[in-house]
Amino acid sequence: MGIVTPGFFGKHREADPKLPPGQYETKDFPVLSAGPTPNIHPGEWSFSITTETGEVKRWSWDEFLALPIETVHTDIHCVTRWSKFDTTWRGVSLDTLFAEVDTKFGYTMAHSYGGYTTNVPLADLLGGKAWVAFEFGGEPLDPEHGGPARLLVPHLYFWKSAKWVNGLTMHETDELGFWEVNGYNAYGDPWKEQRYYYDS
Amino acid sequence: MLRVPGWKGALAGQHIDIRLTAPDGYQAARSYSLSSAAGDELAAVSIELMPDGEVSPYLVRGVSVGDQLEVLGPLGGWFVWRPSQQEPIRLIGGGSGIAPLVSILRTHIASGNTAPVHLLYSVRSPDFVYFHDELSALTEAAGAAVTIQYTRHAPEGWPGTLGRLDAARVASWAAATDPSSSTYICGPTRFVELASDALVAAGADPMTVRTERFGGA
Repeated sequence: MGIVTPGFFGKHREADPKLPPGQYETKDFPVLSAGPTPNIHPGEWSFSITTETGEVKRWSWDEFLALPIETVHTDIHCVTRWSKFDTTWRGVSLDTLFAEVDTKFGYTMAHSYGGYTTNVPLADLLGGKAWVAFEFGGEPLDPEHGGPARLLVPHLYFWKSAKWVNGLTMHETDELGFWEVNGYNAYGDPWKEQRYYYDS
Repeated sequence: MLRVPGWKGALAGQHIDIRLTAPDGYQAARSYSLSSAAGDELAAVSIELMPDGEVSPYLVRGVSVGDQLEVLGPLGGWFVWRPSQQEPIRLIGGGSGIAPLVSILRTHIASGNTAPVHLLYSVRSPDFVYFHDELSALTEAAGAAVTIQYTRHAPEGWPGTLGRLDAARVASWAAATDPSSSTYICGPTRFVELASDALVAAGADPMTVRTERFGGA
């Protein structure tokens, strides 16, 4: 417990077990981005996984939509302290994508249009834990929220759910991405409050 | 203004988290951009009162000089300006989004950096100008060219136009600035989306445009 702040009692008194430490619930959908929003037409969008052998498995927008599509209901948690409950997404499971990929490496770097990157261990993308999502709340994903498609890794802070994602590269070790080089945590577990680089 | 034990300064543009703790251990924290210069001994933040908020009403009304607050930071490594940067600087602020831009102006002055600065500041009316007394002195000391866009009320005799910042206004402002500039845009989400989209449409390289969005819509 920190320094008690005299006269502060707070508003959201009922402890919500769905809320990780240091978070508050919002009904809005705020935007966290490092720069301008890229405008990517689905026709020019593709998603690829590049392995240690240099092999590239690539899906065009149409090929991607022909894959099995899952509906995901989940809570999301942003490092800037808002959480949003019961969001609904549609997307393709990373299990489906990795079924077509042969790799022995255990770490991934997600790459996005606009040049942004974020690192995620492969184990956090498999086992029904992550998707490439293209719909939010029954609508095509807005560009400012990562459309046409973003990574969805809801058990980690939401910057790991890379907006405007266009691929993953496989890595032998856990290298830091754009957000992580700029002060955010290498892993980002909201339940352990791993916000910043020095949080463990 | 906060005196933070062990504070070693910050980078211009960084923020801090302020955490409040109730007697029963309940906590709430929010992020606030620093407006102090990089090397300042005190950390300065501006708190905009969110009437339905949880933290800002307490910070605006409930805190007196001498009170203790829990501070985490400085934080953020992207929306920063370093005095070693030589390229021209474009700053676009909406409302209280001027705070980290003031930090950049102050740091620019303190460092003796001579890069040209252009500031575009969108604000509701003269009463809502943050750092009112200081801003003109700061921009003058920084040699900054200042364009203010009043959205609701302008001062009497104001020669400029009145109304929301739109793409055309951003484009005409940007046309008078150096395309090789680094640009820093801070404000509410809608404002930042509009200004950054307009800037990119006007030819700016997206990787030279750093943004800080706050609040909901």
